[in-house]
Amino acid sequence: MTLIDLANPTRFLTLATRLLPWLAAATAILLAIGLYQSAMAPDDYQQGATVKIMFIHVPNAWLSMFVWGVMSLAALGTLVWRHPLADVAAKAAAPIGAAFTFLALVTGSLWGRPMWGTYWEWDARLTSVLILFLMYLGLIALWRAVEDPSRAARAAAILTLVGAINLPVIKFSVDWWNTLHQPASVMRMGGPSLDRAFLIPLLEMAVAFSLLFLTLHLAAMRNEILRRRVRALQLIQVAQASQRPA
Amino acid sequence: MSLGSYAPFIVTSYLLVTAVVLMLIIWIAIDYHRQKRHLRELEAGGVARRSGRSPTDLR
Repeated sequence: MTLIDLANPTRFLTLATRLLPWLAAATAILLAIGLYQSAMAPDDYQQGATVKIMFIHVPNAWLSMFVWGVMSLAALGTLVWRHPLADVAAKAAAPIGAAFTFLALVTGSLWGRPMWGTYWEWDARLTSVLILFLMYLGLIALWRAVEDPSRAARAAAILTLVGAINLPVIKFSVDWWNTLHQPASVMRMGGPSLDRAFLIPLLEMAVAFSLLFLTLHLAAMRNEILRRRVRALQLIQVAQASQRPA
Repeated sequence: MSLGSYAPFIVTSYLLVTAVVLMLIIWIAIDYHRQKRHLRELEAGGVARRSGRSPTDLR
């Protein structure tokens, strides 16, 4: 099966239905391993046991940006290549991305209270992630406000691409401004600064959460294709009813 | 594994992530069954796809 074949929603449905049980099983196994490794990780010499929050905070924070990146690619697919599945992918990803961003904000806040002495600080990293969360909500509202999916898709694609400007701001906010948030310790020049005892469980959890996103996204895309099939058939039903003699 | 005085923050974080992920899974599963039910109702009402396949056929 080629990428061109996947442009056909019906072929995509067949593939998604076949893949989903395997992806769900792989996600569950990796999450179980990641959670076990996280529980067994030692305490940090400075942060104590609160370092365990990192194993869920960081994957959610990465995914909050990654999902917007996926939506930006899908937006290009909608505007440039008019791929029939591009807006389906973007619409299905938005609520999942919003959930990951919400979790990144709240777990970060719960980590910040014992370490920084505050749940919230209006610094560049926290504020830019909050803006990302609000943009997710705005995008979801836009999809819901416009009834015709193809019209909503174009508006949502433009908003998504404009919002993508925020991604490098989030990533480099800790370098560009003096923030309370710590600088990058994994994806940085010179390699990760984290000890292997923390790095390995963190990477396992990151892979597990990425698989979780892939599984949820495929399932949500399948739902969206079915929703559009329902809409199309309802329009046919209305047209048939109006043609019948009174 | 001892979480010490930080236990409320750590446990709340993990419980919250579990709850939100479960909510996402349940929401997606309910949505899937709702769409399939709509398609079955349309099929029962005699509405057909252009391909002639059943509306509930995922192929």
